[in-house]
Amino acid sequence: MTPIFVISAALAVLTTALAITRANPVHALLYFVVSLLCMAVIFYTLGAPFAAALEVIVYAGAIMVLFLFVVMMLALDQAAILRERDWIARPSWVLPLLLVGLLAAELGRLMLRGGTQTAPISVTPQAVGVKLFTTDLAAVELSSMLLLAGLIAAFHLGRRDP
Amino acid sequence: MIAWPAPAGLALALFLLGLLGLLTRTNLIFVLMSIEIMLNAAGLLFITAGMRWGDPDGQIMLILVLNLAGAELALGLVLLLRLRSRLTTLDGDSATLSRDAP
Repeated sequence: MTPIFVISAALAVLTTALAITRANPVHALLYFVVSLLCMAVIFYTLGAPFAAALEVIVYAGAIMVLFLFVVMMLALDQAAILRERDWIARPSWVLPLLLVGLLAAELGRLMLRGGTQTAPISVTPQAVGVKLFTTDLAAVELSSMLLLAGLIAAFHLGRRDP
Repeated sequence: MIAWPAPAGLALALFLLGLLGLLTRTNLIFVLMSIEIMLNAAGLLFITAGMRWGDPDGQIMLILVLNLAGAELALGLVLLLRLRSRLTTLDGDSATLSRDAP
């Protein structure tokens, strides 16, 4: 258990918890970006440097920045933030907390039961690339189809009203 | 050396946080963000499994999860913009009538 892993894991959980409890969406998104960067460090410590780079470049760099731009385009006013703060203060958290706690207890118990501990094995980017473009070529084609469908749907839905 | 239950437990914690956000928040921005948190937790679990067995499949699945997250978020944001142009709020509870007005 390296200290880097422990620190970034604690930071990831903390920033994610902060992200889902903020009233202002921009603050929440920035906390979530920090959480993604922590996740990239965790990927690196788990012996997946390629995944860590992808997490920073694609997730934090492209997807979250797109999210942030759209939220800034929406130009939320102070009234929306106040209303959101009012929502957070309500006791609507009790039942979901209970349900999620129950799920956590079940899954945690299942996970703790089978405990064989092995050393991590590092996977190089080369191995990922070779496997991705030889045996898993169908997955590449599938994801390209998914992205094309997303592109066409976004274009269609984003047209102005006639 | 990191044993596999530690990152798997972290993935579990993050997934549950995302689920909690999805269940409690009504603002659609936070709903989309909670879905992203849950997808990211699933990606961490794939990476953990890839580490456990030393297999590149974990990272390949993470790439697919990233694709899915990107496509899903693009559509979600477009729908969010459309909703914003019709309503003045982004509260999911106020978007109960998605039909055109007669």
